[in-house]
Amino acid sequence: MIPLSHYLIVGALLFAISVVGIFLNRKNLVIILMAIELLLLAANMNFVAFSHYLGNLSGQVFVFFVLTVAAAEAAIGLAILIVLFRTRRSINVQDLDHLKG
Amino acid sequence: MSRELLYLLIPLSCLVAALVAGFLGSRIGRVNAHRAAIGGVGLAFALSCVVAWDVFAGNHFNGTIYTWAISGGTHFVIGFLIDPLSAVMMVIVTFVSLMVHIYTIGYMAEDPGYTRFFSYIALFTFAMLMLVMSNNFLQLFFGWEAVGLVSYLLIGFWYERDSAIRANMKAFLVNRVGDFGFILGIGAVLALFGSLDYQSVFDAAPALADRTTQGPFGSEWHWLTLICLLLFVGAMGKSAQVPLHVWLPDSMEGPTPISALIHAATMVTAGIFLVARMSPLFELSLTALSVVLIVGALTALLMAFVALIQTDIKRVVAYSTLSQLGYMTVALGASAYSVAIFHLATHAFFKALLFLAAGSVIIAMHHEQDMRRMGGLRKVMPVTYVTCVIGSLALAGIPPFAGFFSKDAIIEAVHYSATPGAGFAYVAVLIGVILTAFYSFRLVFMTFHGEGRMDSKTRAHLHESPKVVTFPLIALAVPSVLAGLLFINVTMDGSLFGNSIVPGGVPGDIDMTAGGMLAHAPFAAPFWLAILGIAGAWVCYLWKPELPGKVAQQWGGLYRVLEKKYGFDEFYQRVFADGARGLGDVLSEWGDRRLIDGWLVNGAARVVVRTASLVRHVQSGLVYHYAFVMIIGLVALMSWFLFR
Repeated sequence: MIPLSHYLIVGALLFAISVVGIFLNRKNLVIILMAIELLLLAANMNFVAFSHYLGNLSGQVFVFFVLTVAAAEAAIGLAILIVLFRTRRSINVQDLDHLKG
Repeated sequence: MSRELLYLLIPLSCLVAALVAGFLGSRIGRVNAHRAAIGGVGLAFALSCVVAWDVFAGNHFNGTIYTWAISGGTHFVIGFLIDPLSAVMMVIVTFVSLMVHIYTIGYMAEDPGYTRFFSYIALFTFAMLMLVMSNNFLQLFFGWEAVGLVSYLLIGFWYERDSAIRANMKAFLVNRVGDFGFILGIGAVLALFGSLDYQSVFDAAPALADRTTQGPFGSEWHWLTLICLLLFVGAMGKSAQVPLHVWLPDSMEGPTPISALIHAATMVTAGIFLVARMSPLFELSLTALSVVLIVGALTALLMAFVALIQTDIKRVVAYSTLSQLGYMTVALGASAYSVAIFHLATHAFFKALLFLAAGSVIIAMHHEQDMRRMGGLRKVMPVTYVTCVIGSLALAGIPPFAGFFSKDAIIEAVHYSATPGAGFAYVAVLIGVILTAFYSFRLVFMTFHGEGRMDSKTRAHLHESPKVVTFPLIALAVPSVLAGLLFINVTMDGSLFGNSIVPGGVPGDIDMTAGGMLAHAPFAAPFWLAILGIAGAWVCYLWKPELPGKVAQQWGGLYRVLEKKYGFDEFYQRVFADGARGLGDVLSEWGDRRLIDGWLVNGAARVVVRTASLVRHVQSGLVYHYAFVMIIGLVALMSWFLFR
């Protein structure tokens, strides 16, 4: 029997990898989208682990919702990315500093 | 017609005339503008005569017309106090004003500001009437400030002239000093009596005569002395007493009719009127009376000396006005309030006459005012000459002209006064008599006698002034001759002013009737001093014209002191004007530009700029920075939540 803490450590590692992926990535916007997906999966990992540990299925049901939302989000994110590329001819993260106003 | 309506109509007809002439002047034309103004003031004069007749028949009035504000327990009202004092003042004001209005038609005929001028003098008449008819301190203050405002406007009437602008600013600022004292005095009255109504103040005054208040440095002040002194500071400003006299000579920059109406006959006597009106208060403070007496004596003496050496015809008359105002103040200080008002009345007539005569000469001389370029005008201007001589005789105090009675009464009152300082004042007014006679006849001799000293072009154009100018001269000459003779008896026995002024200051053992004074004159000093003054002027300016120059050389130092007018102007210029300007420069440089602008206003902006230039680096616009900050924030919050 693998204890709960191992799952949680895996989840935390996945989360940390994705956060670092967001922060350290300077080149490609797609990598950020992938990192966000990984972030959600890390959360899912915790959901599933706790659901099994507590014997409560609603946590696993919640994972399906999260996956659905993640899929929708990925679709929208890629659409935005394509539009962005069309207008700016670049998806380089370093160039996308228009939030400065 | 009810009395209130009648009283109300008197000032309001002048106000309406002023508004019509002022706002509609350009539309209705010059002739209609002066018709409106003269009509309004003429109506006021006629009604004033009716009121005066009514008052001397025994019908006094003291009542509120309109309450315009109530604050706490204090009522601020428009009200009239119609008693012999105000009736006399109303008749004088409206009569002289009417004469000046008529005269102005001739004097200002070619001036582009014709309708504006009529508007101003009608407005002045309104303000002056409000002042003298008031039954409370606040309305008095309203009239006081309004006449000051009109005086300011009229001194600067020719506003293109630099000197006129300077003169009206000076008059306004010096009057501010006096008015500051005046409003403090009114505040003190309100503080002590809790009322601004004359009658209730006068009724309450004797009971509060010994009340004292704490002054600075632990000194004790009698409330009434304080009030009287503060009110007298206001009177000093308006009535141009030393040391607040400096504005009056400069006010001669205004047109001559104004000098006659405002700066000789009426407005400058407002201070005298004020003290006479407040006589129940002043009677309770010997200190205040003594100050009044000494200030008046100084003014009477010092200003008469300066008049001796003036060469501008209007300035001679201006300094003589100052000196005569000093005489009135002396009479007030000697508790002879009715005598002061009497001199005010006779002086209003003959001084307005002298100014208007000077104006008539100035018209003939094409606006030349220097007496050294005049002379011999007697032949071409007979009416002006005769009226001017009448005015000068009245001013010099030669019997039986009006000035003789009023001035002699003042001198006798001072002689028998027990106010501290009366001895000095007596000497001052006696010396003043000889000086007055000297400078008035110096003016007459230099202007009308001797050889003409004008250039040939002016000489060719010399002519008597038109009828609108000479009529007021004649109309003013009549009371200048008769007013003293007719009214001395009723003034002296107290029946003229009745209870409106505290009677006093008139020696009982001297025959102060017209006949008695005339009979006594040849045996009294003032008469012979006046004759001596006239003779002296004749010697110096007709018989031996080179004499004054020699005297001036012999007494060079004294002459220069007089020429500098005792240095009051320089002193004020250096100390107050330059001092204030220096202080202003310092405050502007250090206070405004450096402290407020530099540190507070621009400083605040600079702090914002600096902070922003540091903080702006946080806003990189890069999404991952923001995400990072969010994560850090989340971690920080959660740690705080968990480990606190």
